[in-house]
Amino acid sequence: MSSSLTVQEAREQLDARTVEMIHWHFSPETGCPYWLDWAKNAGWDPREKVKSFADMLYFDNFDDEVLRKEDPAKFIPKAYEGRPYNVFETGGTTGMPKQRIGWEDYKTDYSEFSEHYGPDFFPQGANWLMVGPTGPRRLRLAIEHLANVRGGACYFIDLDPRWVKRLIGMGEMQMAKAYQEHVIDQAVTIIRHRDIQCLFTTPKLLESLSLRMSLADAGIKGVFAGGTTMTPQYVKFIQEEVLEGKINYAPTYGNTLMGLAISKKREPGEYSLTYYAPQPRATLRVVDPKDSTKIVEYGEYGRVELTTMTNEFFVPRFLERDEAIRRPECEEFPWDGVGDVRPFQSGTKTVIEGVY
Amino acid sequence: MQIPILRLGEVYESADLVELSDHLVTHTANPGLIRRDLLRIKESKAALDRIPAEKLADYCEAAAELFMHAELPCGDSMQGPQDYIEALSALTRLPHTLVRMNMGKIHAAMSQIRTVIGGLTRGIPLEMFDRGVATMGDLDVNFYPATDSLGVSLPSNAPAVNSLWIPAPVMKIPVLLKPGREDPFTPLRIVQAMIQAGFPKEAFGFYPTTHEGGDTLLTSCGAGISFGSDVTVKKYAPFKSIQVHGTGRSKILIGEDFMDKWQDYLDVFVTSIAANGGRSCINTSAILVPSGRDEIAEAIAAELAKIEPLARDDENALLCGFANTDLADGIDGMIEGLLADEPGATDVTAKFREGDRKVEAFGQTYLRPTLVACDDRGHSLANTEFMFPFASIVEIAQNEMLDHIGETLVVSAFTENREWAQELMMSHHIERLNVGPFPTNRVQWEQPHEGNLFEFLYHRRAIQGDLAIVK
Repeated sequence: MSSSLTVQEAREQLDARTVEMIHWHFSPETGCPYWLDWAKNAGWDPREKVKSFADMLYFDNFDDEVLRKEDPAKFIPKAYEGRPYNVFETGGTTGMPKQRIGWEDYKTDYSEFSEHYGPDFFPQGANWLMVGPTGPRRLRLAIEHLANVRGGACYFIDLDPRWVKRLIGMGEMQMAKAYQEHVIDQAVTIIRHRDIQCLFTTPKLLESLSLRMSLADAGIKGVFAGGTTMTPQYVKFIQEEVLEGKINYAPTYGNTLMGLAISKKREPGEYSLTYYAPQPRATLRVVDPKDSTKIVEYGEYGRVELTTMTNEFFVPRFLERDEAIRRPECEEFPWDGVGDVRPFQSGTKTVIEGVY
Repeated sequence: MQIPILRLGEVYESADLVELSDHLVTHTANPGLIRRDLLRIKESKAALDRIPAEKLADYCEAAAELFMHAELPCGDSMQGPQDYIEALSALTRLPHTLVRMNMGKIHAAMSQIRTVIGGLTRGIPLEMFDRGVATMGDLDVNFYPATDSLGVSLPSNAPAVNSLWIPAPVMKIPVLLKPGREDPFTPLRIVQAMIQAGFPKEAFGFYPTTHEGGDTLLTSCGAGISFGSDVTVKKYAPFKSIQVHGTGRSKILIGEDFMDKWQDYLDVFVTSIAANGGRSCINTSAILVPSGRDEIAEAIAAELAKIEPLARDDENALLCGFANTDLADGIDGMIEGLLADEPGATDVTAKFREGDRKVEAFGQTYLRPTLVACDDRGHSLANTEFMFPFASIVEIAQNEMLDHIGETLVVSAFTENREWAQELMMSHHIERLNVGPFPTNRVQWEQPHEGNLFEFLYHRRAIQGDLAIVK
């Protein structure tokens, strides 16, 4: 997924994509009922006003409650009508989860992710084990697709994050710990009895696994992890102690609405992570928490704002529950990155990151 | 200055740094470091087991002098006693006088370690920690360690509480410490003094860390001690291996027989409320009197109001500033709100002091001593505790006091009434009892503080048969 574009070319590509997707989602021949109805009520036609990515500021921040309240079928673009689709969920610890539908997006995202890493990073043809939230999540299909495009099969150990969050919320820390042990027991069994060389899991589960066995001695060659905050120290600890400096490590930032953002290559001794969105299909901006129309200066923390623009799905300016440092483009990605992501701290809700 | 992590004695540099002030940075441990170090804790225990407990007690006594007088490593610098006092005062806003007083308490706990452990074990010879067996009179007793590690999550506001864990390494239990955010200095200085005196360095873990790291430390070690509010107590209640030192709600109870002589002990009231800046759980937070509430309240309030904010390096300073001014605002606002909204409570100190309770002075925020007279023992201010010299005074018949004190860390009962003293002795609400007109913050080293560390770390086993082979 590394880009060969210059910064200017990447901007032009994003502007062109923006215009194309706005026309797609707000034209009756291709758009979905939700956005077409929205445009009728908004009193302005995005196709007339949005001529570049900067014009996305005409949209307010997307309210993700919509994804709880509305029937997901309202998001089927006219062009996809009649084609069976997947329903992916996120949240849902209490009440309705947020739902997003999709067809091929996850395959596109994870095929590009696969291309970004060479044949040795995650050995070609190797089998994978996913230890983490499966169920109604996009990630479950995505990891299996990743294993398959690299020529391997994928085993799964499920962890239900809704139950973990509920346990923690109830103060049942011992039960949460017991559940984590139950998950790790299953993972250890699979690694010991099957030929597994690649892992997808969360950093905390990865650490728990490593307390039970040497992952390097078990034959693991590459680990792909995401899902929770990874401070520089956490990355250092994972690389040096959990992976014993012998296993390739690909930390990522992602979610159901975006797909996944790859972290840029780091120099030896560099542990701070910077993620780059799969632009132009999705874009991350680091905005002023008090005025999300403004982006913060490079090197400053701000709230992460996501815009997703694929043929299947459109989400303008969604404010994530995370904050990050705005980082400049790098050799691999000629657009802004988000660094040292952590839960957004100015909010009033308590964020439970859980054992996963 | 950089405060490091000590991973079972080895310095470790974290990639996560927290800037506490312009010249002070702490390295923050991720919880995984603690879990991983605990995989090697048997080596730490073995290192302590190789040294006779008598020798460890000698080391502890020597460490007391080093702690008090020596230049000791503090991260990438050396720190002398005066440097320590100034650095700790700058972070916590404790005046130098109170830092010195806390140093004295820690020194006493270390230098009198044999008395302290003797008090905890009720006189069992130290060699019991070498062999597990000792003879008490005609009886052979066998104690075994219930854990191979003690995790302690320390507060920032009371350096002397470090004295609670000091016996553990002498009793051959390795300690893993999470310092309070604003006091990394005290536990590190004690650890460095102990290592310099001869303790094996692998007996100590020192982890400046997050709340999650603190939870990990407490739940992953075989035994844990934490300090905090009622919320902390509730949080760790399901964990039998964690002992929480919560809100003290310490009290002075005046007996009917002292109603004609309480005036002689005004200094005891004031010391009980205001010593250590009123920040300890053993400071008095409520005074229960059988009659004459207003007269007693006025007399104490007049004395308390004389305590004024002074500069941190003033030799007469008694009050602590608040490093977090929001906390001072919150406490002051809460007291004012409850005085205004709930009838039946009066700030008796208000008329004796000039100006408001909250005051800006010497570049920091102070809360001046406050005594609130409550008409009803159910008033929200009647049995509460704040981080400054604050107490309530309530009138309640002597024969009803014990039914209404609730969980109380220290009771000082001003009485010579044998019958009532007997009732107090049998009360399950009181953790520490002073019989007579003694301040609640009085410490006797042969008496346990809150809970008994020895009984927490060691369990007794029935032992029979031919013990000659183990003696």
